[in-house]
Amino acid sequence: MYKIGIMGDRESVMSFKALGLDVFPSENEEDARKTLHRLAKEKYGIIYITENLIHAMEKDIDRYNDSIIPAIIPIPSRQGASGMGMMNVKKSVERAVGADILFGGDK
Amino acid sequence: MERMKVNPTRMMLTTLKRRLATATRGHKLMKDKRDELMKTFLEVARENGRLRQEVESGLEDVYRSFTVASAIMSGEVMEESLMFPKQGVTLDMEKKNIMSVEVPIFTFQTEADESADIFPYGFARTSGELDTAVSGLSDMFPKLLELAAKEKETALLAAELEKTRRRVNALEYVVIPRLEVTIKYITMKLDEDERGNQTRLMKVKDMMLEEAIRQRRKKDEECLG
Repeated sequence: MYKIGIMGDRESVMSFKALGLDVFPSENEEDARKTLHRLAKEKYGIIYITENLIHAMEKDIDRYNDSIIPAIIPIPSRQGASGMGMMNVKKSVERAVGADILFGGDK
Repeated sequence: MERMKVNPTRMMLTTLKRRLATATRGHKLMKDKRDELMKTFLEVARENGRLRQEVESGLEDVYRSFTVASAIMSGEVMEESLMFPKQGVTLDMEKKNIMSVEVPIFTFQTEADESADIFPYGFARTSGELDTAVSGLSDMFPKLLELAAKEKETALLAAELEKTRRRVNALEYVVIPRLEVTIKYITMKLDEDERGNQTRLMKVKDMMLEEAIRQRRKKDEECLG
């Protein structure tokens, strides 16, 4: 049995509370980083993180890239999508194929 | 390709030949695995991209309706309304094996109260806009989960694919050529030794024959004399 967590700025993530997800508003990076590692240790299967927070923690997130759990998924924040989540998919494709052959062109 | 530093012996030759056979077979297998993985991966990645676009635009709509709701209601009231969710969500994970890569499949269960709706507040003090926002978000939720599973699957497959690709290349361009060169070197060396031996034997035989002839002649001379 796993839990689902969501991290991000208070404004964006508050709404997810209504769904029954565990919400962890984090305003600064240091805080967010700590929360992320704590959640990864506890049984969180999916951790959604808003894009504006992800910028600062890429290294921390990469650590969980190759393990099956937790899945750390960027979602757009209230400021709108920055194209970062798409970049992630592109990065995966590049890693696997050697070049981006799927989503090329619209960088 | 540089050959390995080994002793050119017959035993080594047998070992290397066996290793070459294994490497070739491994290479073929790996190549098949790579092709199959690539096929699956591209499908999953494409699906992933589509889902992400969907979720991103969907979330934008949800955020927009929350913004509208928060414009009508005060922030505190809104936060208060959302504070105690009616439903809880638990996540179940199963593993699926794709070409030896374990990928997650998420299923979720909501533990809602008896009532059918998910609104964790009374309707008296909240605006209708908040209802729209919350129900919009809850409609989005299965998509969000699907995205999580797909995204993880993409990442895991990508990692495995990268590894397999490297292995195929290493076998194809390093291991196998090096083995072949070394085997060729040992074969030539052994042949060369063999020829050396042959000539030496012939030479020795010649010398022995000469010696025998000389002795025979000597004996003949003694008889005549």
